[in-house]
Amino acid sequence: MEKTVNQRAWILVLPVVLLVAFSSVIPMMTVVNYSFQDSFRGNDFFWVGLEWYSELLRSERLWDALGRQLLFSFIILLIEIPLGILIALSMPKKGWLASLCLVLIALPLLIPYNVVGTIWQIFGRSDIGLLGRVLIDLGFSYNYAQNAFDAWATVIAMDVWHWTSLVALLSYAGLRSIPSAYYQAAKIDQASRWSVFRYIELPKLRGVLIIAVLLRFMDSFMIYTEPFVLTGGGPGNATTFLSIDLVKMALGQFDLGPAAAFSLMYFLVILLISYVFYTVMISIDKDETKQ
Amino acid sequence: MEWMAWTWPTALFFAAIAAALAAMAVLHVKYPSSPRTGVLGIETMRGDRFFISLLGSAFINLAWIGLLDAPQYWALVVCAVFAFCVFRWV
Amino acid sequence: MSAQPSSRKRMPRIRWSAIVMIAYLLFLLVPIYWLVVMSFKSNSEILNAFTLFPDEFTFQNYETILTDPSWYMGYVNSFIYVALNTVISLAVALPAAYAFSRYRFYGDNHLFFWLLTNRMAPPAVFALPFFQLYSSVSLFDTHIAVALAHCLFNVPLAVWILEGFMRGIPREIDETAFMDGYGFTRFFTRIFIPMIAPGIGVTAFFCFMFSWVELLLSRTLTSVDAKPITAIMTRTVSASGLDWGVLAAAGVLTIIPGAIVIYFVRSYIAKGFALGRV
Repeated sequence: MEKTVNQRAWILVLPVVLLVAFSSVIPMMTVVNYSFQDSFRGNDFFWVGLEWYSELLRSERLWDALGRQLLFSFIILLIEIPLGILIALSMPKKGWLASLCLVLIALPLLIPYNVVGTIWQIFGRSDIGLLGRVLIDLGFSYNYAQNAFDAWATVIAMDVWHWTSLVALLSYAGLRSIPSAYYQAAKIDQASRWSVFRYIELPKLRGVLIIAVLLRFMDSFMIYTEPFVLTGGGPGNATTFLSIDLVKMALGQFDLGPAAAFSLMYFLVILLISYVFYTVMISIDKDETKQ
Repeated sequence: MEWMAWTWPTALFFAAIAAALAAMAVLHVKYPSSPRTGVLGIETMRGDRFFISLLGSAFINLAWIGLLDAPQYWALVVCAVFAFCVFRWV
Repeated sequence: MSAQPSSRKRMPRIRWSAIVMIAYLLFLLVPIYWLVVMSFKSNSEILNAFTLFPDEFTFQNYETILTDPSWYMGYVNSFIYVALNTVISLAVALPAAYAFSRYRFYGDNHLFFWLLTNRMAPPAVFALPFFQLYSSVSLFDTHIAVALAHCLFNVPLAVWILEGFMRGIPREIDETAFMDGYGFTRFFTRIFIPMIAPGIGVTAFFCFMFSWVELLLSRTLTSVDAKPITAIMTRTVSASGLDWGVLAAAGVLTIIPGAIVIYFVRSYIAKGFALGRV
């Protein structure tokens, strides 16, 4: 559909611009200002230049949090994307069973994030949780509150539980858009299940999968609430991801300067990923309109 | 406004960004640029190249702070070279 | 399924997918089951006996929440700011989404990208400046502060989803209406909005949802008068896991509003997710 050029459209967009500018530009400017200054008790600022940046960039704290964050996002993608595709392929194609599955699968996506944390806390605790008790009865010494590996496994299981459905729903929508003629042709060729997947379904899923990867990467990159409720970033700092670390610094210690510098660098990384996301989305949109 | 803790350098920085945005808008109206596909394989207009230059410059500055002890204005030189390359080839 | 004259080769595949599906659904539902069961147990049963089903079925936990103002006011506070936020988001996003779906104008793509970055930005980055901002205009601990703060990600989201729905409405409808002498405002409110009602429903649902589930900003911006249920729940947790039954009941009650809203927009949810815009 061709859009007409109309500069008066700005009037329609203006309220959004003003509102979002109020809640994003002003805070961002504040962050920049704070990041070059030191403060006592949240007032009396004085200029320190690039000190916070160089201190943070050379501190282990930031790099450790970033490393944990990247590792976490990477593991999440590695599990959730293939699993999501598998679920989408296993979904019933039509009938009441299909809609039942859809609703049940969508369920975790609609639970408040902190309740997701609570659910897994109650589920995983070794004294009262079903999972914790079963694992201990099986002879594992499982305790996510004390063992770093267990904490990681639980946080990852929780995220898989929470978000795989999104990948599955996206892939399911992508699969539905494949014309049945393709499958018939494959049947005539007596193609194996694998080659149907490899040469028909996977190429058609490319667009939605790229979106799914980027969305999951971005959201896992700023995960806060679920691990905060479940482990509080512990044991020690084992599950202190970027957002958790930042909140500790900003609101826990009220270190305005370093927290602002941290925020700004974090935001720049997100900005870069967003730009990639947006560019990819535009080009997928274009490919689809060409077809 | 006091809570925002304004300082001259940051105020100048934002003023420069705002001025650059305004300049880009004026340029866009007076001399519209046409999209082209550069080395990154994406279609860019002048505004996109400007954005990529700014974002890249931010990362160059951060890398400079984190890795080197050399004075910061040299990073700005690198940024200028980077921006030139972006406008030329991206 | 068995009615189809399927070859032998087909049968194992169907069974495989059923197994995967059932296993996944079990994985999804068992933790939820545990939460629900827990909410009907007494605290002594939770701590002392390990039962898959409550021995003594009790509503005590729900009673505690519904009679104690420090609990149920959390729900009221959440509802107030979520409703405010949904109304504000929709009101500003509707015209903007129309502009994006119909017109080209200077900077439209860049503007859209800028909106998107706010949807993607981590709330943790904004927590500190928001705290300072709303304290300085003395809106700290008010519902409107949280509602406005949540606009940061809900307005871009609303624009994004609505734009997708509006794109599906042919331009001819607008043009015919304008030719028939409708002014823009009258056309927009009388014709266009009813046409995209499902889209508005889905958008309202997601605005509701994301504002309802958000914890960090709402906790940062409130202390007493506007404290949301999500923050109250985390407080209980940190105060040495005392009342698991009540916590579980609070969790169940937090899921219910979402479930009710889902019921009303159930046939469109899949579309909202399918657009990849969540």
